[in-house]
Amino acid sequence: MDEKRESEGTPTKNRTEVERKSERELVVTRTVDAPARLVFEAWTKADLFRRWWVPKSYGLTLLSCEMDVRVGGQYRLVFRHQDSTMEFFGTYLEVTPHSRLVWTNEEGDSGKTITTVTFEENAGKTLLVVHDLYPSKEALDSGSTGALPEALDQLDELLASLGSSTETK
Amino acid sequence: MVQYFDSHFAASFGALSDPTRRGVLEQLGRGDASITALAERFHMTLTGMKKHVGVLEQAGLVTTKKVGRVRTCRLGRRRLEEEAAWIERYRQLWSARFDELDNVVEELTRKERADGRKKRK
Repeated sequence: MDEKRESEGTPTKNRTEVERKSERELVVTRTVDAPARLVFEAWTKADLFRRWWVPKSYGLTLLSCEMDVRVGGQYRLVFRHQDSTMEFFGTYLEVTPHSRLVWTNEEGDSGKTITTVTFEENAGKTLLVVHDLYPSKEALDSGSTGALPEALDQLDELLASLGSSTETK
Repeated sequence: MVQYFDSHFAASFGALSDPTRRGVLEQLGRGDASITALAERFHMTLTGMKKHVGVLEQAGLVTTKKVGRVRTCRLGRRRLEEEAAWIERYRQLWSARFDELDNVVEELTRKERADGRKKRK
């Protein structure tokens, strides 16, 4: 990660890391080769945000994107996937320019997920850390991450108790 | 992807619906065991235990290996692989997102430079 060479103009991509910190937490990290104020802008201006949040390869059409980026402000994204529409919405809890964003995600029925994004600038690059705290383990496993199906919960519980013995194999 | 999970997890789910089979997994978590030993431990006939182990094996939760006349059972690796695969899918989503973010930020950077040059003139 600490490559010294100038990456400007070269299309090499920085590595995205994902770690499941606990039963309720997922953390994504990625370095962006630009100062925090520009990266922050891309996260907080709707016309910029909508250009990257939904990867083109995922077959989703973003129908609308409204973001009122201030403490207590709301955001709402509406997608179309084939014949159905999905909404992604919540409230901003913290907005600290160029360094920190916290929002809730409220479309699930099992409680709010809290997302904290930090922007840490170092030598003209920005380390992004996206931390998701889910209301429960089940919400993480089956939630908007398109994650583990519910059928696995039971298996999870059982095998958690066996974890130590399987890891040593 | 959805279809894959449906059939894949139906098998796991079915395998886990039975208390004896859950007990067998717990037992194997403590160490490998022969079918005979498992049958004794759960007060079952050898045939009955073979059936249970067969279901667990089909679901990928248990693997068996025959050495001589003894068939030994151990926990399958599938659960760990599934967790890894799931994390990888999630990583790919974010990776795709960030690659597009790069493009947006690059454009902002170029624009800022151009504006900076204009101002200096």
